[in-house]
Amino acid sequence: MSGSFLPERASGRRSWTPGERLTGRLPDPAPDPSAPTIGVLALQGDVIEHVRALHRCGANVVQVRSAGDIAAVDGLVVPGGESTTIGKLLERFGLLHPLQERIAGGLPVFGTCAGMILLSDELDQDRPQPLLGGLHVRTRRNAFGGQRDSFDTRIEVDGIDGGPIDVAFIRAPRVEAVLADDVEVLAEVRGFPVVVRQGPLLAAAFHPEVTGDDRLHAAFVATVRGAAGFAPSGTAT
Amino acid sequence: MSDTNDTSTGTTRVKRGLADMLKGGVIMDVIDVEQARIAEQAGAVAVMALERVPADIRKDGGVARMSDPEMIDSIVEACSIPVMAKARIGHFVEAQVLQSLGVDYIDESEVLTPADEANHIDKWGFEVPFVCGATNLGEALRRLSEGAAMIRSKGEAGTGNVVEATRHMRSIAGMIRRLATMDEAELYVAAKELQAPIELVRECAETGRLPTVLFTAGGIATPADAAMMMQLGADGVFVGSGIFKSGDPELRARAIVEATTNFEDPAVIAKVSRGLGEAMVGIEISTLPPGEKYADRGW
Repeated sequence: MSGSFLPERASGRRSWTPGERLTGRLPDPAPDPSAPTIGVLALQGDVIEHVRALHRCGANVVQVRSAGDIAAVDGLVVPGGESTTIGKLLERFGLLHPLQERIAGGLPVFGTCAGMILLSDELDQDRPQPLLGGLHVRTRRNAFGGQRDSFDTRIEVDGIDGGPIDVAFIRAPRVEAVLADDVEVLAEVRGFPVVVRQGPLLAAAFHPEVTGDDRLHAAFVATVRGAAGFAPSGTAT
Repeated sequence: MSDTNDTSTGTTRVKRGLADMLKGGVIMDVIDVEQARIAEQAGAVAVMALERVPADIRKDGGVARMSDPEMIDSIVEACSIPVMAKARIGHFVEAQVLQSLGVDYIDESEVLTPADEANHIDKWGFEVPFVCGATNLGEALRRLSEGAAMIRSKGEAGTGNVVEATRHMRSIAGMIRRLATMDEAELYVAAKELQAPIELVRECAETGRLPTVLFTAGGIATPADAAMMMQLGADGVFVGSGIFKSGDPELRARAIVEATTNFEDPAVIAKVSRGLGEAMVGIEISTLPPGEKYADRGW
């Protein structure tokens, strides 16, 4: 019956991230069976920037909005956004405990800004808010001040070759205290840790995802490859 | 490892970057500390501090101005999330005052009575970022050329009627889709017709979106309203009178947050829409007296 036009609704539910709708969706790269699948927590925040950075680093990416999305991921990125909002939504949508269990089981996680706050065991504030925890640090929110004090800078990060990375600190947090010996401080600003690693957990107080410098994402993808038993990528730097 | 590097504040990147962090979220109008706490508890990504919500500005009439600095201070103190505040269109001194108070974003807003009938604020000179309203793409791009770091649809604030926000979102998104089909020669004509700089027009055509985050505002009253705006392409939602003029603000605030996150999932929207109590009483746009359509303010 070639040649006859039979109108049909497109099959499958389209899915998009805020901001993508105007263009229609950027096509995802075809899944690569030799690459790990990394989830980006997609409750609120700059999700699409992380999705693109991870694609550029050769990972398969899924957006995590419910507990059902967690099983398939080899690693997780907790994006920038508003930590109080993301924390409350983690609780309300039943993601908090399942993710805490995966983190306790060794799931590699990379958190930026709000993500660093959510990965912290403790916060330097009286007001309680839901946290994923797992990273043995005490973090202070908005530690550099309000938006007027937000800044661009370049910083050297231990273990990241190729010179300083170009980053944006936006109402950024910082680590006030390291609570265990296995936490490595990889970079500091004004005397406070802003990049820390503890085994498979990596956290940055700034946003590498908004500046297009993918070296931290590439390092995280390499960690996930190792943890999930994938061969190292030939192309990642 | 080093912490001796030069830093720069007030850059376009950190201004637009804060708006990026608000994506997928709800920004709520609040008039006091108690409402700010309710908003934060409900999961707002930011609050807009103002003395009267648009529905009351509409009711009271008279000249609407920047809020009392004391009131803004008290909300900045009480909140750990970003605080925005409104300056009148063209009132650069109100903007200077708001910057000195340390607010995180200034809304140069048509909800307040304009202070200049020709000029908007030159926003490049400020360290604090600005969000501005727009009814169409040309207006959005003119605001960006003046230095705005975030755009929102104007909608028709204080009406609880989403129809104008729908019109503005469809207008902006539709025009961007048309630009994407044009060749270079046609883009110059489009820039002329849009009364907007060719560089920004070309960027929209190439990327298929605005150069900054685009939120919706003006008339959002229900979780379904918020989700509809998200499906039309908004990056996030402002809710003004819709929350604190409703029967149960706490419940409604939470429901709108959850619907905004799950804007593609009707089952979630149905679930959170149950038993919310009364929505704000709306106003049919055609019954507004002449001169009281806020979206007509701004140029």
